[in-house]
Amino acid sequence: MATAKEAFDIAVIGGGPGGYVAAIRASQLGLRAALVEKAELGGVCLNWGCIPTKALLRAADLYQQIGEAGEFGIEIKEAKVNLKKIVERSRAVAAKLNQGVTHLLKKNKVRVFQGHARLEGGGRVRVEADGKPVAQIQAKNVILATGARPRALPGIEPDGKTIWTAREAMTPASLPKSLLVVGSGAIGIEFASFYRTLGCDVTVVEILDRILPAEDAEIADLAHKAFDKQGMTILTGASVEAAKAGRDGVKATVAQGGKKTEIAAERMILAVGIEGNTDGLGLDGTKVKVEKGHVRTDKWGATDEPGVYAIGDLAGPPWLAHKASHEGVACVERIAGFDGAHPLDAGSVPGCTYCRPQIASVGLTEEAAREAGREVRVGRFPYMANGKAIAQGDTEGLIKTVFDAATGELLGAHMIGAEVTELIQGFAVARGLETTEAELMRTVFPHPTLSEMMHESVLDAYGRALHV
Amino acid sequence: MPIPILMPALSPTMTEGAVAAWHKKEGEPVAAGDVIAEIETDKANMELEAVDDGVLGRILVPEGTQGVKVKRPIALLLSPGEDPSALDDAVPETAPELESAPAPESAPEPADTPADAPPAPTPEPQPDATPATSGERIFASPLARRLAREAGLDLAAIQGSGPHGRIVKADIEAARAGGAPAAPARTAPAATPAAPEGGFEDQPVTSMRRVIAQRMTESKQTVPHFYLTVDCRIDALLALRADANALAERKISVNDFVVRAAALALAEVPGVNVAWNGESIRRFAHADIAVAVATERGLITPVLRRAETKTVGALAEEMAALAEKARAGKLLPEEYQDGTFTISNLGMFGVKEFAAIINPPQAAILAVGAGEARPVVEDGDIRSATVMTCTLAVDHRSVDGALGAEWLAAFKRLIEAPLRLLL
Repeated sequence: MATAKEAFDIAVIGGGPGGYVAAIRASQLGLRAALVEKAELGGVCLNWGCIPTKALLRAADLYQQIGEAGEFGIEIKEAKVNLKKIVERSRAVAAKLNQGVTHLLKKNKVRVFQGHARLEGGGRVRVEADGKPVAQIQAKNVILATGARPRALPGIEPDGKTIWTAREAMTPASLPKSLLVVGSGAIGIEFASFYRTLGCDVTVVEILDRILPAEDAEIADLAHKAFDKQGMTILTGASVEAAKAGRDGVKATVAQGGKKTEIAAERMILAVGIEGNTDGLGLDGTKVKVEKGHVRTDKWGATDEPGVYAIGDLAGPPWLAHKASHEGVACVERIAGFDGAHPLDAGSVPGCTYCRPQIASVGLTEEAAREAGREVRVGRFPYMANGKAIAQGDTEGLIKTVFDAATGELLGAHMIGAEVTELIQGFAVARGLETTEAELMRTVFPHPTLSEMMHESVLDAYGRALHV
Repeated sequence: MPIPILMPALSPTMTEGAVAAWHKKEGEPVAAGDVIAEIETDKANMELEAVDDGVLGRILVPEGTQGVKVKRPIALLLSPGEDPSALDDAVPETAPELESAPAPESAPEPADTPADAPPAPTPEPQPDATPATSGERIFASPLARRLAREAGLDLAAIQGSGPHGRIVKADIEAARAGGAPAAPARTAPAATPAAPEGGFEDQPVTSMRRVIAQRMTESKQTVPHFYLTVDCRIDALLALRADANALAERKISVNDFVVRAAALALAEVPGVNVAWNGESIRRFAHADIAVAVATERGLITPVLRRAETKTVGALAEEMAALAEKARAGKLLPEEYQDGTFTISNLGMFGVKEFAAIINPPQAAILAVGAGEARPVVEDGDIRSATVMTCTLAVDHRSVDGALGAEWLAAFKRLIEAPLRLLL
């Protein structure tokens, strides 16, 4: 088969939210862009991550709400869960968006190559599929956006049957009676929430002394209490030392406080972090440095090899799709010499966890702000004092804001409760504009909304809350 | 509307280029991807490709033209089917005559000046070239405004590094550290407007310069200065210094000895280590000696705290570190504020003697000149000796003539019997 040989300004390796966005931006700036993807366009996020899990969680939320419908005066006889349909729908959603990305790349005239890419030096990229060469690309710049894969624990490998990673967890054939979730970051907690809501016995094991270690401690504590109320078992300061997979499930040895216990569960999900997909790319022949499973880059995504860049999960935390996209844009704009190019400010990246109740945050936690030597003013407003929250029956939650006491700078916002993942952007915009508390206090939030709590939280930080 | 084809920025530092050759003629059809011209910079020649289909309607910059500024329209492209009469209506917007500041390689926030267009002539929205200071309205983030107000900084004097030239927190912090705020135009050759006819140039005043102007004026207008001068014989000091430096890793300068002598003199005559307070005179427990350092941006005085407790070697090391920070514009406020006495040394420029301006609320400042070989009278004979003239300026509100003279005498004794500086 004749291999195509083509020249491009930018070759993007990987078609996830980092890669496809970089390619589209490159085209917008008049650069000739190629994108190489070995699996599905949209990457993990779209196909095996963010998107399908949100579809699953929506189904779980619906089930939960239906369970509470009686309180609202809607009588529903017992609702049944059709897991197969739930999963199918999430796959259909992923497929639809996958088509969407394909269309966007075409519309932006990005040349897409299906296959596995390998750097051969001097801007040459070899694309292979099924071991056979597909194309030889020449690119002035190469952007690696190959993402990451789930880590395993020493001696505990996912087998796809009883020991799951996220991929299996989002396509279950049946609901396990009991589930052991290892790791209490966003991924672990979201699955714990999903399965618990659908009625499974869920135990979460976290090695640190609290769950959701990336979140503000107060918020993580409220989440823990909420999960307790939902009947989840949570073990902190605990690690899984060994796991034996059998036909009917897993027997895990959990060490906690110097004691070892055996926990049996039908299924186990490993959600203990990810590591960059750095192999098979031909990086050995380059100056690209891989440190702790990630490619080392500067703030623009440049690696140690001139002309080679890395973005997204491959380049390090936070492992979030929107971070990857912004890095992709910044990297391409820098390459193109675009005047408005601006490197991503890591502190400005919001994080969302779509468990029940939802969690969202941006900026410094209260602890981090204090540790940095800042004197802080903290505002809090509880869901149970908000009219809309009471009216819609979502009274669990808190909106917390952290200000620098000396300057009024909004250092961070941390929220737990219904729909906070949609509210956090307001604080993200505020921080980006370098607002102080004064502007936020003067902003008119509409009533009745949940968003008013954001306003009240700011007032509370200055002792001026009106509704609590 | 015909699409303007702009001189592209082929690198982040390119400010202008030449149209080496046109590969298409007026009226010739153009397909996306066709090479329409060759652009020459001092580094390389690049091909300019069309991004859209159309017809090359009009060439605005003929072949061979040099010095075409980046983003200036060089041709007009008619869309397929567009009437050529549209070319006459199209008023090509000349990109504003730029402060062609390039996006600096390592600075955190490149200023938003339109120096860099994408390599291919896609009409990108022109970013605003106006710096924050022109016009009436100053663009600054709320946080930056508040920080500026608290620091007593004038926003009009600060260059913004945020989007559209907005002044952001980082700019205020840079201004407070005493250096000029991150002004990307610093390194660009065409940063200041071309000198108009008349042969002069107005340089905008930085916040640091404003502060110096205000404080110096205030001092001269409110502090009753008087001046005392002594000549110090420094042969013994120079010999001691040479011996010390033969042993020391870090070279000790004459000024380091001067600082030590001043500190010990203040310990001996504490009545000069004071500040006028209006209702009281504050007597300081320690000699925190500020040493004037000249930087590109202006004069700043890092402080050597508790200088009477530190050896000359320690003072030398600390001074070197502070001076480096000062020149880099990285001194923190606590490193240059609240000295109790100041020393200014212009000896390295060959200045024989001078009188300095007191930094209120301090009571005095010592101006040190160059050590020179001069004739001196000893036992009725004229001899050659190395002499350094020092002038003490004193605030007569807190320190009278005799007290000032007592201090200067103590200082001279220490300088002339320098072994005591090592004790």
